[in-house]
Formats: sequence, structure tokens, C-alpha cells
Amino acid sequence: MAKVPVQFTLNGREKAEFVEGGTTLLHALRDKIGDTSPKGGCHQGTCGACSVIIDGELKLSCLTLAETCNGATITTTSGLAEAGVLHPLQRAFLDAFATQCGFCTPGMIMAAKVLLDHTPNPSRDDVVEALSGNICRCTGYEPIIQAVLTAARANSQNAA
Amino acid sequence: MELRKSYFADQRKDGLHEIGQGRPRLDSPGHVMGKTAYFADRNFPGMLHLKMVRSPHHHARIRSIDTSEAEKHPGVVKILTAKDVPHNVYTILILIQIGPEDETVLADGKVRWKGEAVVAVLAETERAAQEAAAKVKVNYEVLPAVFDMEEALKPGAPLVNEYHGQNYYLYDSGECRKVRFGDVEAGFAEADHILEQSYQSSPIEHAPTETTGCVVVPEGNDRFTCYTNTQAMFFTLDNASIILQMPGSKLHFVGGTVGGGFGGKVDVIVEPIAILGAKLTGRPVCFIYSREEEMQISSPRAAEKVVIKDGVMKDGRIVARKVTGYTDAGAYSRHSPYGAQKGAAHYPGPYTIPNVWIDTYCVYTNRTPSSAMRGFGVTIGDFALEVQMDKLARLIGMDPLEFRFINAYRDGDMKAHHQPTEGAALIECMQEASRAANWPVAEKYMAMSSYKKGA
Amino acid sequence: MALALQTFPTVRDANAALKASGTRYLGGGTLVVRATNEGDVSVTSLVRSTDPSLSAIEIAGGKARIGASVTMAAIARHPQLGAIAKAARAVGGPAIRNMATVGGNLFAPAPYGDFAVTLLALDATVSTDDGELPIGDFLAKRDDNHAIVNSVSFALPKAESFRFLKVSRVKPKGVSVLSIAAALEQAGDGAISSARIALGCMADRPMRARAAEKALIGKRLDRDGIAAALASAGEGTSPITDPIASAWYRAEVLPVHLGRLLLT
Repeated sequence: MAKVPVQFTLNGREKAEFVEGGTTLLHALRDKIGDTSPKGGCHQGTCGACSVIIDGELKLSCLTLAETCNGATITTTSGLAEAGVLHPLQRAFLDAFATQCGFCTPGMIMAAKVLLDHTPNPSRDDVVEALSGNICRCTGYEPIIQAVLTAARANSQNAA
Repeated sequence: MELRKSYFADQRKDGLHEIGQGRPRLDSPGHVMGKTAYFADRNFPGMLHLKMVRSPHHHARIRSIDTSEAEKHPGVVKILTAKDVPHNVYTILILIQIGPEDETVLADGKVRWKGEAVVAVLAETERAAQEAAAKVKVNYEVLPAVFDMEEALKPGAPLVNEYHGQNYYLYDSGECRKVRFGDVEAGFAEADHILEQSYQSSPIEHAPTETTGCVVVPEGNDRFTCYTNTQAMFFTLDNASIILQMPGSKLHFVGGTVGGGFGGKVDVIVEPIAILGAKLTGRPVCFIYSREEEMQISSPRAAEKVVIKDGVMKDGRIVARKVTGYTDAGAYSRHSPYGAQKGAAHYPGPYTIPNVWIDTYCVYTNRTPSSAMRGFGVTIGDFALEVQMDKLARLIGMDPLEFRFINAYRDGDMKAHHQPTEGAALIECMQEASRAANWPVAEKYMAMSSYKKGA
Repeated sequence: MALALQTFPTVRDANAALKASGTRYLGGGTLVVRATNEGDVSVTSLVRSTDPSLSAIEIAGGKARIGASVTMAAIARHPQLGAIAKAARAVGGPAIRNMATVGGNLFAPAPYGDFAVTLLALDATVSTDDGELPIGDFLAKRDDNHAIVNSVSFALPKAESFRFLKVSRVKPKGVSVLSIAAALEQAGDGAISSARIALGCMADRPMRARAAEKALIGKRLDRDGIAAALASAGEGTSPITDPIASAWYRAEVLPVHLGRLLLT
């Protein structure tokens, strides 16, 4: 079967793989490269569990073909902690009990990271809007919103 | 407000080390770093993908199945039909002696609901399995179907499930679960008012973010490791052992974090057929529901119909309650005979009523089999009962909360299913709710207690 | 057979490759990759084009030309497209808006395609290598369309003359119960001089509410003035039934929401 090469930067590291034609970025990341932090919840673009950041924009890896990402810079939740130190969003999710089953968490953190990258001091409405493509079926939205607001405050205090 | 201190000081110990303390969740660090391993986060070389060919009909006889074209499709490794399954007819509650076996792993001669599994295709890639599944030809003779519980119970209705022989589950107590307490007809005769109402609900899907699935790996010693997101590990292992006619010692089940279940992952659906696929091919096999399968194929909460007839006095006492409950099992039992039975014990509600009559039916229809979901068998009943309580209070012109104080069960009261009440805290809970919601009730209700004097 | 993706630098080459059977155009992926993920094996090959004209937004002389690959997010943040930004933001969540394209929205079956509803109310022109078509004609024939959409163009509305409403059960991101876009011109005395009203979910694709448009001409936007338009809003509609709402429900609530849109 025809394989196609894909090459991109994932969490600061160069990655190159051969995948089947039509392979989604989600499958390439999970099954080929071994980064299982993006989750496949619907494969329809509805749940947001597979959210990743491609060249600074929030994208759904389940609807993105891997071969369209050649040369891209990709960030996933597994790449946020540095030398074992949690990213402020990860710390805030942990402290705020913003995880239950955990399946939506990596996607939520990606959506929140893009928000804070562009809007360091978001309003509650900004946070709700930014997370609106991510479903938490345990319905733990309130702690998640609080966690993002807490992380934003922590960031701005560090910057001050 | 801490109920345990105000109301139950003599029953509870303080000085607990964990309860009441804020503690970090043990699984949270893995979640926030994306490192928690869910079953599908495991990938094995040479893993096959299983796709199911499903019935497009609600009720049909299978005239023939032709897999010849599908077998020739590039990438196809194995195709399974009913004859490949060692013990194809099963029922999960057989483990607690609730039979008969009434469901097929792969349809044999007949399908009884739209979406029923007929043929399993195992292929090198998901795409190849999907393509081959589209080439399986099944010839059906469509049969009349029944979707409404009351229609299903009428004489002459299409017979849904031959293993039962009638469209309801036959309990040892007969066509329904029965609770008899006091003399309900005498209660109605004595009542100032009688109110009969019926309530019904639709099936509800759990919709977990992680779909149902498993990954099975042959370990080379005739033993199989099954990574699964089941909520019922040993239940699944034991049923797989029966279906596969394989001792449990050959099956190694590995569970772990489940990406949302809500009761939707207690059925035994994906594991046995995936293990069989791994056994017959010698290759790792994954069988993971698509989102569409999760929504359409996995069991929902049962649709229910509840008919409640109450006799009530002007002073607020309910003197008679007659409930007929119907649970729509769909085409197969799964957990529904148990759900309907739970309803029978639950239906009087948390109220002490001297005369009670309850019948609950578990009914078979050509709908998607229903099963467990958060408080199944009682949740819809609670909705019906509490709406009924509000209607009764309105009927006699009484405050709905005071009406509930009058009828609340208290320690020592005999419940309708002949179990004495103990540990009731309904009175205290309602007193606190009255304060918290700023919904005042008369002082005599605030002075009540779940403990009876002298008890 | 694995899916094959072919990438072409020009629309013309991509159009040629699109003629092969089983081939679909890949825009943002929100329609076609979704279909293949769900097991649509009729799609065997995907084609896309990196032609820069597809990603361009040109605004000149009161007219806008938007390339078919422009995303909803790009429209929502464009400083000169403020009048229609609300409609672009109504599509999906943030990630979907970074992927979903203007071209793709023209093909999105109801309940999707809220931005195409806007384009219909703006009386846009759809351009392909086969020529230009008014959007109404394009939507009517979209199932038989075999040419890549290059761009859509329309006269930029003034902010006060364009109104958009998406009704959903979940907020801020939810699938449409229905959507309404209205381009209204008012004379000096407030009377409506021209009206184009487009509806989403009231048929399998966006449609014009022509009877309501006609009933608005010469009327003021007050309760009495819009009464005839509301009464005729449902004319010619055949709403979809899906898990979000039944056809009956959509038909019942259409006049209510149209009234709210016209009176705000």
C-alpha cells in the first residue's frame, strides 16, 4: 500500500514518519509517533478531545490529514510540561479539580492555551467561548473555567 | 451546615483523617499531562481492526449471508459469522441466575433490532475493514416490528424474542414483579381524592467522550490479554469465558481509567468477539465503536412508562398508591429485568403509605436493547413520583413541601416491600432544604425527626 | 484501498484531477474527512489546491471577494468584514472556525452551512472555472457541481443593514435549530425599500424567504409593520427533522425568531 512521508516539529522535536495515504494527524500522532495525549472521541469535529495547536492555531487533529502538516510546528498537551514542571494551565487544572475522567482534559488544555497565548487576561465569557468546541461529558465545566481563569491570573502575576 | 454534626452527631465519628479533607486526586497529574493510559492508547504491531456489519432492519429473518466478495478484499484477514462463536447465545445476568440466554453475539437466522451485529470483519486497516464490510451481502426477509410497550403486550403482537416466547420477561413471580402491602382497594375506598396519572420517558444515551472498545493481544501461550474500558471487569471476564467456552484463567483483563461510562460500559459486547478474532487470527485485534455506533448501538437507558394511582386524604395523608411500571428492554434482556425489579421495590418512594400495590413489567420491543445508566430502574420513577406528589399537593390545596413532611418515611416504618426503614434522613434533609431555599414550613414540621419517640 | 491525497499548485490542475470517480475536494476537512472517518468508502481520492488566490480576501470599491479556502476565523477577525463577522463566528467552535472554509460552507448540508445563509442574503456571486453563478442558482445545483469554487463575491453591507441570528439549544456553540440572515435597506422615513432574507435549516440547504421579503417592502420595522412578513415566513419551507429539532418545531418557531431579528 502507498505510504507517504510526513515531517513536522512536534513539541520542539523533529519528527518524520511514513503513513498510509489519508491518515489523519490524530492517527499519525497516536499510532505512529506515540503521542497519545490527543484523544479520539468522535472523529467528526464535534467533541474537541483531539485538539492540537498547529502553527499557533487550534485545530482538530481528527479532521486534519497528516500529510497536510509537512513543515508545521505542532504542540500537544504532552509537550507542555518542561523538565517535569507543570505548565501553569496544567497546575491550575490539577489544583481546581478540573479533571474527572480526564478524557477531554488534553483538548481542553490546548484550547485554553491558545486563548491565553492571544488573550492573557480573558473574561469569563472569553473562556467559555474558547472552550465551546470541547465537550466534557462528566459536565465538570465550572471547575475547568475556573482553572483557566486561575492560570491567567498566575501568568499575569508572574509577568508583573 | 453539616448534617452529620447537627442531626447525626451520635452516629458519626469526627477525627477522620481523609473524609472532609481536600485531597488531590491520584489520577489528575496523569490527566493534565496527557499521560493517563486509556485502553486505546496502546498500539501493537500487526494489530487488526474489527468492523461490524449491522442489521439495517428492525426485525427480519436472515435468508442468507454471502461473505465471498468481502473475503477477497485486499487487507481482509478473517470474517466471522454466528457459526464461529462457540457459545453464541448468551445473557449477561446468567452469572446471577437470571436467564434464559436470549441474545446472539452474531445474529443467527434473525435480527431483532436495527443495528444488531451480523458479521465481523477483521482487516489490516480500519479503511480495509470498512470497505470489506460494505461488500458483505445479507439477504433479509423483513418482519413486522413493534416499538411500543403497550402494543407489544397486546395479543397478536409480533413476537420479538423467541427465547422468551412472549414479549415480557417471565419472573418467578409471573409476568411482572409484584409488591403487595395492605389493602390498596380499601385504601382507595377510604380516600377523599383519587388521582391517576401516567408518565413516560424516551431512551437516553450516555454519550461518553471515549467510545466503547477493547484491544486484545494473544500472548502466545493460548492466553489473551484484553485491554478494555468496561465498567464491569469480572462480569465481562466471566461472560467472555462462557461465550468463548474458554477457562477464565486463559483471559487476562486489564482495565484502568475509563473516559466516561455513566453505566453505558457494563454490557459485554466488544470483548468476546475481539478475543475470538485474536484467537482465530493469532494477531492483536482492536474493536472500537465509532461515534455513530456509540450513539446508535450501545445500550441507552430504557424508555419507561409509569402509571400512578393515589388515594389521598384532605389532611395530607396518602392512604393508597398503585403503580404499574413498564421498562422497555428493547430486543434483549441485558440489565433490564433487574432494572424493572429495582423499580418495584422503589416505587412507593421515600414515603410511608399503608396500602400499596405495584406491578413492574420488563417488556421486549424491536428497539435498541437498553441497559444500565445512573440509577436505572429508579430515576425515571423518581421523576414520575415527585411530579405526582406536587400534583397531589395542589389537588388538596397543601404546600408541596409540607405534604412531603406528612408522608415522609421515618426510622422503623415498614416499607411496602416489607423491609423496615433505617437510617432515614428525609425529614432532616427537607428541614435543611426549607432553610436553604427559603421555603418556610410550619413549625411542627421543623420540630419533626426521622427518629420516632420511644423507638 | 488507502485514500490518496493529491495537491496541485493551481485550481485548473486540481479541477482536472477532480474528474476521476470517487474523488472529492479537500478544503478544511470538516465535511470530507468527517465522512471518510465515519466509513464513507465511496471516497477513494482527495484533491486540494494550494493556489494563493483561494486564500485571498480582496476588498475594493465596496465589494468583497473572498477566496474559497478562507476560514471562518479569518473572516471573523478581518477589520473590513465586521458587518458579517457575527455570522462567521456562529460556525462551530474555535478549532472548527480555524479549519472550516467559505467554499466548504456552500456544500454543508443542513443543519450546517450558517455562513452560506449569510452569503445568500447578501446575494453573493459564486465563481468557478466554469463561470460565475448567483448563489441561489449555485446552491440549487450544488449536488451536480464538479468545479472547485474559487471565490465568492458580494457588495459589502453596511453594519446597520445586515442582521444575522443563529438559534441553537447550546450556547455559545451549538448546532442550528435555524439561522436567519437579513439584508435590509430602509428609506429616509424608515420604510423598508429592499429586503433579502435567507433561512437555514428550513430546507436541506439555505433558502430565501421571498414571501416575507415582499411583505416587508414599504413597511416599518415595528410590530404591525412586520406582521405580514412573519405570517408568510414559512411559505415554501420544508424544514429538516434531526436530533436538534423536528420540522414541526422549526416551522413553529421561525416567525418568533424572525420577529426578534427584525425588531432588534
